[in-house]
Amino acid sequence: MGVKLLLEKAHVPGIRGYDVYRSEGGYRSVEKALKMAPADIVEEVKKSGLRGRGGAGFPAGMKWSFIAKPEGVPRHLVCNADESEPGTFKDRYLMENIPHLLIEGLIVASFALGSNATYIYIRGEYAWIVDILEQAINEAKQNGWLGKNILDTGFDCEIYVQRGAGAYICGEETALIESLEGKRGNPRIKPPFPAVKGVWDRPTVVNNVETLAAVVPVINMGGEEYAKIGVGRSTGTKLISACGNINKPGVYEIDMTISVEEFIYSEEFCGGIANGKRIKACIPGGSSVPILPANLLFKTAKGETRYMNYESLSDGGFATGSMMGSGGFIVLDEDQCIVKHTYTLARFYRHESCGQCSPCREGTGWMEKILKSIETGKGKMSDIDLLWDIQRKIEGNTICPLGDAAAWPVAAAIRHFRDEFEWHVNNPIECLNRNFGLAHYADEIHVPVTA
Amino acid sequence: MVKFSDDKLAKVQEIVQRYPEGKQKSALIPVLHLAQENFGGWLSAETMDYVAELLQISSIEVYEVATFYSMYNLQPVGKYLFEVCHTGPCMLRGSDDIVTYIYEKLGIKSGETTADGMFTLKTVECLGACGYAPMMQLGKYYKEHLTKERVDSIIEECKKNAASNN
Ligand SMILES: Cc1cc2nc3c(=O)[nH]c(=O)nc-3n(C[C@H](O)[C@H](O)[C@H](O)COP(=O)(O)O)c2cc1C
Ligand code: SF4
Ligand code: FES
Repeated sequence: MGVKLLLEKAHVPGIRGYDVYRSEGGYRSVEKALKMAPADIVEEVKKSGLRGRGGAGFPAGMKWSFIAKPEGVPRHLVCNADESEPGTFKDRYLMENIPHLLIEGLIVASFALGSNATYIYIRGEYAWIVDILEQAINEAKQNGWLGKNILDTGFDCEIYVQRGAGAYICGEETALIESLEGKRGNPRIKPPFPAVKGVWDRPTVVNNVETLAAVVPVINMGGEEYAKIGVGRSTGTKLISACGNINKPGVYEIDMTISVEEFIYSEEFCGGIANGKRIKACIPGGSSVPILPANLLFKTAKGETRYMNYESLSDGGFATGSMMGSGGFIVLDEDQCIVKHTYTLARFYRHESCGQCSPCREGTGWMEKILKSIETGKGKMSDIDLLWDIQRKIEGNTICPLGDAAAWPVAAAIRHFRDEFEWHVNNPIECLNRNFGLAHYADEIHVPVTA
Repeated sequence: MVKFSDDKLAKVQEIVQRYPEGKQKSALIPVLHLAQENFGGWLSAETMDYVAELLQISSIEVYEVATFYSMYNLQPVGKYLFEVCHTGPCMLRGSDDIVTYIYEKLGIKSGETTADGMFTLKTVECLGACGYAPMMQLGKYYKEHLTKERVDSIIEECKKNAASNN
């Protein structure tokens, strides 16, 4: 049984409410942290090795230490609850089931960063979760954890929930800041970074929901103890939202020492592939990260077991590896069509491009069109190379990483499943009625023995 | 005429208070939600101008934002808006069949509204419910694990609610 730090108490009856949460040991980290110097809290978070859970995996403590502190300028903490990356629904789970854990983490982080007004930016569609969070905030306030002079320390803090209105791009931190200022979600050119000039030109730290919730166990157990969980630079636990063709879709907390194979097949987690099918492929970290065929998923190209952690999932780089990303784990069984799946993702990115950079705005549209034509049996062989070309020209040539996020899934699909694209071109009628199947993707890969 | 009730105006004031002095434009997105809920489920030019006036910003600043975000309806929609997700993970679990079934039942495709103005269908991109697919958003809430039977009962429920509200 793995360690659980975030969801351990998530199923205690009534844990959504303050009284039960508190009686289960809630808000202890605030009591502890508010007696510490803010710089010492940052130090604990650094020691914990906690990495950002929103996708990029940037060390949280380091990010906090970058915040500028100009005299007389207020600073802000913003919690990123935009959660819109296909395959990702872990933050929602946490906020719905154990909202006080997030509020608790936010209070500690606000104190460490000196934020007297902290905002939770939540995707607009999660409308009912706004009520859950506001209720938790009110309860925390009534019990003296928020408001003026918290625990007699002289520290004031308010937390506000800001609803977005339907735009994936607002998950990107500078677009989020623009949106919080009441504007279109157009990402800003960096630098300046938000830590220097963020919302209303004030120093701002943006962190993911899960990252901020994880601050609670970091403070409770101490950074060093936290860092002992997991492996290498993948410390602590990670929430994985698993979906697609598995028996038990849902949100699971893992410590990062379990193998991908165990995660998919064990009853504790995904419970195997649905309907007795075989696995064809998997996108392990949200729609933006490279898809892997089954044979590269369970073992790396070197033939080593692949584990559910930052390093192991990216072993092999983009040639034979993928990424931990946001923890959105999407499983495709043998009946699924890679071309069609990739097409829906391309359509998603076209829809979500903010339109500021031409490679992204135009390129996502072209990729969607070409993928649609291949998928519907109207593609040419040269389209496959054209697709490859377009994604290459987007990657690295845009203001924000959405361009890369749109390019990578297409690149990886062609890299690993090119014969499936070719089959669509060669079999324009048949491809409308049946799927390509499994081919060799699930075969054992031959690993050359080297001295 | 477009005008918030007093308690809604108080709500607007409460929202504006969340931001620093002079940064009331930050209230725009929440206030547009409030406006859409209050003024018929969509944002007319008149509604947007009213919001601009309330927040003391120019109308163009409101139009810019209203046209950027997908949750704002710039045209009237049916009383019940079915927003069915059809991105990859939902597609893997049969969202296409749900869209087809709604078409068979109600005769509407994505973007269309039934003649009686009751139902609008919209296919949308990932709503963060991929593990509970197929799914749709209906008003404030999600309807998850959709099957044909569940779609039937959702439609019945909407019709019943509409009848009892009249
Ligand atoms: C297109 C795009 C969408 C993103 N969406 C999210 C999101 O929904 N939630 C999130 O926490 N981070 C998202 N990010 C990452 C944020 O920019 C930022 O790195 C993150 O919120 C930092 O928090 P962390 O360090 O705690 O992970 C997105 C980034 C990009 C480029
Ligand atoms: S990469 Fe795409 S989403 Fe990002 S700023 Fe450019 S156009 Fe906008
Ligand atoms: S893909 Fe449909 S909710 Fe995520």
